[in-house]
Amino acid sequence: MSGRVVYIASNTFREAVRDRVLYNLIAFALLMSGAAILVGQISIGIERLVVINLGLTAVSLFGIVIAIFIGIGLVSKEIDKRTLYTVLSRPVQRWEFIVGKFFGLAGTLVVNALFMALGVFAALFYVSRHFQASDSWVLVALYFIILQFLIITSLALLFSSFSSPLLSAVFAFALFVIGTFAEDLRGFAGLTQGIVRWLATGAAYIVPNFSALNVISSVAHEQPVARQLILSNTVYALVYASMALCGAVLIFERRNLK
Amino acid sequence: MKGGQFSPAAMTAIDILGLEKTYSVGFWRKKPKCALKPLHLSVEEGEIFGFLGPNGAGKTTTLKMLMGLVYPTAGSAKILGMEINDPHMKAQIGFLPEQPYFYDYLTACELLNYYGQLSGVAPKDRERKVREVLERVGLPDVMRVQLRKFSKGMLQRVGIAQAILHDPRIVFFDEPMSGLDPMGRREVRDLMEELKHEGKTVFFSTHILSDAEALCDRVAIIHLGELRSVGAVADLTSSVEGKIELIWHGNKIPAAMKALGADCHVTGDTIRAVLLEGNQDAALEALRREQLRIISLIPVRTSLEEYFVRKLQPSRAAAGVTQ
Repeated sequence: MSGRVVYIASNTFREAVRDRVLYNLIAFALLMSGAAILVGQISIGIERLVVINLGLTAVSLFGIVIAIFIGIGLVSKEIDKRTLYTVLSRPVQRWEFIVGKFFGLAGTLVVNALFMALGVFAALFYVSRHFQASDSWVLVALYFIILQFLIITSLALLFSSFSSPLLSAVFAFALFVIGTFAEDLRGFAGLTQGIVRWLATGAAYIVPNFSALNVISSVAHEQPVARQLILSNTVYALVYASMALCGAVLIFERRNLK
Repeated sequence: MKGGQFSPAAMTAIDILGLEKTYSVGFWRKKPKCALKPLHLSVEEGEIFGFLGPNGAGKTTTLKMLMGLVYPTAGSAKILGMEINDPHMKAQIGFLPEQPYFYDYLTACELLNYYGQLSGVAPKDRERKVREVLERVGLPDVMRVQLRKFSKGMLQRVGIAQAILHDPRIVFFDEPMSGLDPMGRREVRDLMEELKHEGKTVFFSTHILSDAEALCDRVAIIHLGELRSVGAVADLTSSVEGKIELIWHGNKIPAAMKALGADCHVTGDTIRAVLLEGNQDAALEALRREQLRIISLIPVRTSLEEYFVRKLQPSRAAAGVTQ
């Protein structure tokens, strides 16, 4: 990787940290502490299930919100504030800028998710006083959540490279919601015929398949995750994010920075 | 170098060959709007070149095209003999945008360190260069202060620091005096002269003509996207219509001077007269006859401002007619 990509990524990470993005961890810590104490009192025998479900869903939602709301401003904010002018007038290629921004935000989200994972395990230990072998699947669910972050960050960057922050947020959030029901969309496509079938099938394969990346419920029920799924999800997320990133680079390369 | 006398060995630093920019404006029915008509211009290495024009003339568009921020509709440009998007070329230039804004969560030191990394400054030299450049622009005491606490003038100084941090061969400044107080403007002028003495080329856009007149070897005047004039400041401000200015001690205008058609003004105990160069000897003889003490006799030179206004007038008049 180019050194300049690393410098831009580090600066993006530093910006997120100094803009107090990681303050969401405080809200998360309060949520997990409250949930662990409350669950311990009201649920009998399903404490672990509730804590894993609640904890991982919170990790996912907090991260998605950060990915969208920071991601949509990564390019447009630099253009609006003209900070980009002093970067691109140096020996920095436009693709290096986009890729650096992507890794900077992805790094922020990974660090954020790891801190939150510590919180989830702490709550889990609090309610059951021990860890068990099936808890390792929580890490797989967490890994899939991070793969979701990579996809949504690349999409936010893609929209940010040609659209206003508001529209970018709408597009990215809409794709997240539709992607969550991607399997249902594929099922619907199978029930239709003619042109509708073509359109529904096309849409089902274009939107990111977040439903395949969501194993929170099965992990909470102590069901293992197939190795095949880990591999296919990894390949899928990396290919999808790379394609969205390529799209962002192609658009940004042609853009006049007025 | 001043006055347009360049050494034959001087290399072309910037070569603009018909650079042109047309934007499409409007939401539904897009109409072309010409921001810059084909521009041909070359700047020699080591000179201070002023790019003058009123607001909206096309100065910033030209600079953005040279920096690779905006793509030209037609034409091309070379900087130090290299294409404008060549990273090797970009490592050798510095750029200060108009009204610069920087990452305000960084300190001045962190920002310059970041820009040093992007410009390829060696890690062992980076800290020293950052310290030196901040001292040079007068900000050594606020190195560790976040930029969000900086005034507009201080940000302008940081902007100049980032443009010269990596010791570039050519420095592009877009309105460098904007936002600076008189002392700050003086310091920037001195800095630009220092850069010239170090052998660097300075290309700067401005609409403050006194700055250009004081600093530039050559200037180009641009208006409504069109190059109106280019040349050495001394040539552009040369004698006007063969007139001379004569100043002498006294408070009464001799009748002979009026007869020669002199335009006289009395200020305190001195009189200033502007008259045709051909009447010079007769005027001097008249003053000697009256035993008046002559203070100076110089050819009248137009100021850059007068020249600038003259160059802009036809189009402004035309714009008035169309309105």
